Amino acid sequence: MVTVTILLLVVACVLPFIVSNYRTFQLTLVLVYAIALLGLNILTGYNGQISLGHGAFYALGAYCAAILMDRFGVPYWATIPVAAAVCLVAGFLFGLPALRLEGLYLALATFALGVAMPQLLKYHLLEKWTGGVQGIVIVKPAAPFGLSLNPDQWLYFFTLAITLLMFILAWNLLRGRIGRALIAIRDQHIAAEAMGIHNALYKSLAFGVSAMYTGIAGALGAVAVQFVAPDSFNIFLSIVFLVGIVVGGLASISGALYGAFFIQFIPNIADEISKAAPWAIFGAFMIGFVYLMPTGVAGAVRLLTARRRAP
Amino acid sequence: MDALLHQILAGLATGGIYASLALALVMIYQATHLVNFAQGEMAMFTTYIAWSLINAGVPYWPAFFLTIGLAFVLGVVIERVVIRPVERAPVLAVVVVFIALLLILNSITGWIYSYTIKTFPSPFPSQPIFGRYLSPHEFGAILVTLVVLALLYAFFRFTPLGLAMRAAAQNPESSRLVGIRVGWMLALGWGLAAAVGAIAGMMVAPIVYLDPNMMGGVLLYAFAAALVGGIDNPMGAVIGGFLVGVLENVLGAFVIGNELKLSVALVIIIGVLLVKPSGFFGRVQVTRV
Amino acid sequence: MKALIVGLIAAALAAPAAAQKKYDAGASDKEIKIGNTNPYSGPASAYGTIGKSIAAYFKMVNDQGGINGRRINFVTYDDGYSPPRTVEMARKLVEQDQVLLLFQTLGTPSNTAIHKYMNTMKVPQLHVATGATKWNDPKNFKWTMGWQPNYQTEGRIYARHILQTKPDAKIAVLYQNDDYGKDYLKGLEDGLGDKKSLIIARASYEVSDPTVDSQIVQLQASGANVFFNITTPKFAAQAIRKAYDIGWKPVHYLNNVSLSVGSVLTPAGLEKSVGLITAAYLKDNTDARWAKDPAMEQWRAFMKKYYPDGDMADSFNVYGYTVGTTLAQVLRQCGDDLTRENVMRQAASMKGFRVDTLLPGITISTGPEDYAPLEAVQLQRFNGKQWELFGDVMSSH
Repeated sequence: MVTVTILLLVVACVLPFIVSNYRTFQLTLVLVYAIALLGLNILTGYNGQISLGHGAFYALGAYCAAILMDRFGVPYWATIPVAAAVCLVAGFLFGLPALRLEGLYLALATFALGVAMPQLLKYHLLEKWTGGVQGIVIVKPAAPFGLSLNPDQWLYFFTLAITLLMFILAWNLLRGRIGRALIAIRDQHIAAEAMGIHNALYKSLAFGVSAMYTGIAGALGAVAVQFVAPDSFNIFLSIVFLVGIVVGGLASISGALYGAFFIQFIPNIADEISKAAPWAIFGAFMIGFVYLMPTGVAGAVRLLTARRRAP
Repeated sequence: MDALLHQILAGLATGGIYASLALALVMIYQATHLVNFAQGEMAMFTTYIAWSLINAGVPYWPAFFLTIGLAFVLGVVIERVVIRPVERAPVLAVVVVFIALLLILNSITGWIYSYTIKTFPSPFPSQPIFGRYLSPHEFGAILVTLVVLALLYAFFRFTPLGLAMRAAAQNPESSRLVGIRVGWMLALGWGLAAAVGAIAGMMVAPIVYLDPNMMGGVLLYAFAAALVGGIDNPMGAVIGGFLVGVLENVLGAFVIGNELKLSVALVIIIGVLLVKPSGFFGRVQVTRV
Repeated sequence: MKALIVGLIAAALAAPAAAQKKYDAGASDKEIKIGNTNPYSGPASAYGTIGKSIAAYFKMVNDQGGINGRRINFVTYDDGYSPPRTVEMARKLVEQDQVLLLFQTLGTPSNTAIHKYMNTMKVPQLHVATGATKWNDPKNFKWTMGWQPNYQTEGRIYARHILQTKPDAKIAVLYQNDDYGKDYLKGLEDGLGDKKSLIIARASYEVSDPTVDSQIVQLQASGANVFFNITTPKFAAQAIRKAYDIGWKPVHYLNNVSLSVGSVLTPAGLEKSVGLITAAYLKDNTDARWAKDPAMEQWRAFMKKYYPDGDMADSFNVYGYTVGTTLAQVLRQCGDDLTRENVMRQAASMKGFRVDTLLPGITISTGPEDYAPLEAVQLQRFNGKQWELFGDVMSSH
């Protein structure tokens, strides 16, 4: 397990120097989505609270970064902690009333959040900050300390470092008491409460942490793409995130990475296969993955390695 | 005052649209305990089939009933072929399959029929009844929704088949023990929901014009309406639909303006759910520990 | 005599140098590679037919021998109208597929997202498919150029017409809540100048809204007698029909995007569309006026042979054909100098270029300070059967 991780890390560090800038850009996006999916997985996979609106937190993080960089001249690296803090609070606050809602009803509430976000971003009273429908253009940062990396490569490594940090944090969180509490709440919430787990606190915190992760991803994504606009963060983004964690593997940290690869590259492959109906091909891929691997790619990998170890 | 009345009536008209799709959503839920996100696209697709039939020369009412039949078959086929293999998978995996269906249907329809809007005929006469407030078609569509609601209610309440379907959804194990073919009940549920969806589509298309993205916006409101009315209650869904339609219109025209009416409408709906988590008419969920 | 011989020799020596071939990435003796992104999926997928009609047009060009003997390789990707995807696809086209230029990338946010990138990479972002005003900025963004008359210009022309013909106007506006809608609205407001307060009601809608009926009812209730209808085809048809059905009869200005008789007015109801005013620059295939028009006959033959799945009633398909013709001319003008620099130079030196699918009297002109190829439109009024041009061809000045 550890050797695989180290191997992956080495590969990840070498890649930007052997592939084109364009691929490096794509890989940066994969890392960004991996962080976002990890966030959603904490909430939905581990804690069983379904969210169809995580695109809204992604948007919140993205706009934090964009507004700070464009309107206030804050350097890009400083926007990440701010986006994290803002989304942590926002997620927690949303999680509080959401405590009363279960299953479908929570799904609707988060769906509503995801649908409403573009409208809020376009609202004319907020236009001075958000740039309204025109959006905000951001400048890509150059490598610091005179390192001989081009901006794409530098951003990739920056994102990689943050991804590692977030993954390690999550791993630590989820394998300990807190992770067990979250899973307990997901599986048997009445028993969990009876056992002394403060359901309300943990559930709201899960929302907050989950939103924080997705917000960080949004901020990084905004810097990578160098542009934010309200209609880029519509409900479809939230739905794609959900698809990502299911295909990648619910309640799995590596699942976030698999899912990120899926949502980044499969639409491109679908586009190559069929110009006329690309999303039909994407849908077909989704169904194929779910049929073959109902517990996600991570689940399938787990099965394969377990079988290998068994005899 | 006149403006308010006009908005309310217009709201009832759009509410009828939401109500009819909400009905199909509730149907699927009652049969399978799942919310089918592809319901809108299925309705849209079957409406295109009706359009093709009418374009080929089939008169309206034969095309209407033929489409309902075809939609029923489509629903059954989808359940057997697409949903059956993931029965045992986690709920979210099934949701992903629904989403995939949504994407596939939308994309294929756009490919086959292109994205130019098409007119869909209305079976109702074009003489204005309520003056300029409500067109005859909008009024007729509301009536049709209520008739379908009554039929469904009667079906589930008073027929053995309806009872069997409800049992199969609520408790598949025990239902099998008493001899109910649970698999076929699910397929039947899908078929019925698809048929209701087709009716919804054919009633909605003359108002909003037929195009592949016709049902996209409607689905969210229908979902909200179904939940507000109580996801397991067809009458609740219909009332919810009208409520949402009127609320949205009145909010947009008089309270908050069009730019935020979607957000505010949703906030209100969620507020209702916080106070009455099972919706207005839903049965309160009791979980045994 | 000696001078003549020397002169001739000099000319002979100079000629090959002038005919020297110069290529940037994407151009060669055999082909010219052109990149494009279009929304083939997602909420704006109705516009995807533009990309398809352009692809069909270049197929026809290739069948007819290509441009200066080179075939056109038109590479187009779906961006789903999502700016992050546009960025990704644009980078793919420029860095991986190595195209010579990007052509007719569609959507204002999509083009905004790649605006700086294209100019930093010095790759032409040519004839962008949006009516926003910001693409005419050769001083700061010399690699980006628009094509169609921009929305603000059109809005200003309507404003001018209102001030001239209806000084007691009370204006209501229905607009799509995005850059397209707001751009048109700004044009109207700017055109009215200090008479901006003539606009007494504004209502917006989202693309995800099922109908705009409620907004029409609101606007009627405001008591307005002039209506500026900034909607895309589906909503335009709904708005036109609803306004008629509730008995509201304002002076009705319809934006250019939705003027198609076949895909908007017929579904709305031809009798309900009488009196609509719009500004046009292209010929509409469903307009009986052009039934025997030679240029449109050519277009119909083209559609039948190269884009049979395309909707003949969709004015986007005439748009695609016309803008494709424009690029073909630019590339033809480049000759054997297919550098990106020269492409922009030729694109900025079109003098009165005429495509016959444009309305009579409208030509394409550009210059080093003028990056707006099409600036002229003409007003037309619908008489229940077809559009009737009136007034003069107007431009933004």
